[in-house]
Amino acid sequence: MIDVEHLSKAFGSHLVLDDITEHIDQGEKVVIIGPSGSGKSTFLRCLNLLENPTKGKIIFEGTVVNDRKTDINAVRRQMGMVFQHFNLFPNMTIRRNITLAPVQTKLMSQEEADKTAMALLDRVGLKDRAESYPAQLSGGQKQRIAIVRALAMKPKLMLFDEPTSALDPEMVGEVLEVMKELAHEGMTMVVVTHEMGFAREVGTRVLFMDGGKILEQNTPQEFFANPREQRTIDFLSKVL
Amino acid sequence: MAVPLFNGLADFGTKLYQAFLFEDRWKLYLGGLGNTLAITLGAICISTVFGMVLCLMRLSKHQVLRWPAQAYIDIIRGIPVVVQLLIMYNVVLLNVTDNKMVVAIIAFGVNSSAYMAEIYRSGINAVDSGQMEAGRSLGLSRAQTMWHIIFPQAIKNCLPTYTSEFIVLVKETAVVGYIALVDLTKVYSSVQSLTYDATAPLLIIAVAYFIITKTLALIFAHMERRLQASDRR
Repeated sequence: MIDVEHLSKAFGSHLVLDDITEHIDQGEKVVIIGPSGSGKSTFLRCLNLLENPTKGKIIFEGTVVNDRKTDINAVRRQMGMVFQHFNLFPNMTIRRNITLAPVQTKLMSQEEADKTAMALLDRVGLKDRAESYPAQLSGGQKQRIAIVRALAMKPKLMLFDEPTSALDPEMVGEVLEVMKELAHEGMTMVVVTHEMGFAREVGTRVLFMDGGKILEQNTPQEFFANPREQRTIDFLSKVL
Repeated sequence: MAVPLFNGLADFGTKLYQAFLFEDRWKLYLGGLGNTLAITLGAICISTVFGMVLCLMRLSKHQVLRWPAQAYIDIIRGIPVVVQLLIMYNVVLLNVTDNKMVVAIIAFGVNSSAYMAEIYRSGINAVDSGQMEAGRSLGLSRAQTMWHIIFPQAIKNCLPTYTSEFIVLVKETAVVGYIALVDLTKVYSSVQSLTYDATAPLLIIAVAYFIITKTLALIFAHMERRLQASDRR
């Protein structure tokens, strides 16, 4: 589904991603872990071109994402993204937050979008908040809405950038629950997270990043039971 | 004790009467007020729109748009508005129009645009960068994200400074006497030359300015409260 070829990203002279080549298949749930500053978020943000790669290629279903001639908006419509800080639109009701993009991109009529929004809200148990504003919701509710907003575009792939890192501890569970459900439905997911439990339970593959490289990767069972690199062992000993 | 005070008040009452009611002199103020408001409103219409154009040019990725906007803003903000008004009247529009009202409206519109551009820009910059990213990640174009997501929030950010610019503009137009336009301030000279008293007309004019600016402030404060509906918990 996604091919990453020799991806490098530098901010000025600082090299954040160092020649990464990786492939992600349809239906995979790839969990990316690693210390802060290791480049995990930048890697994720390169996939939908929120960051422009310095070198290399990102190929999504045959389309080179970082080619000037590619209609990046069309590509992004197929990749949902969930942010650490939710980034809901504070000036709109929840319903409009969800329906804005499907309607503006002519994916749906307002009526269809409303119907989709209500169905999705029902799924995450927030149907009664459709006419609320983001400021009236808790962090966990906001993040569930943000997931729903991305899903309303009917994406083929979902990117999660530390979706639970800004939440109060008691709200982490409700967000992970929604993500688990999504995983069980077969959604292809790339998740940057510090939730090792989630990685173990939901991931089909764990990537460990450090210093702008993917240092080690494996199935969650193998990865957590038998880490190979010393750097991985050090990291896991601190977070587990 | 009370007699001199009473006499003083009565005396001032007479002066006020002379300056305002006698021979329908209030009509002079009304005329001046009309001109002050017309210039202000005309100028704010220009600067509200042209300021936005300048702001978008400044935020553009293209040097050819950014540079002229930056130069315009720098130059306009670096020259006193009276000088700009005189340049407009005696140089730029000398052979274009004799209509002093038009000259004044253009001069103040051109001046205020530079400030408006900066007001808009700071309003847009104050919107969290995550908003643009969220919009773009959903597949909206930059323009769509700007229009539906960034601008509505930026307007809310701009409103307090927009209000002060509006109020500043009302007061700044007091210099149009330099091109012999009779605005509210200029009425003072006419009345003073009739009554030989400065106190009463100046007081009347000061009160009139205050009422205009206070009314504006109240109207915009009301709008601000309405725009903040989405922030309430």
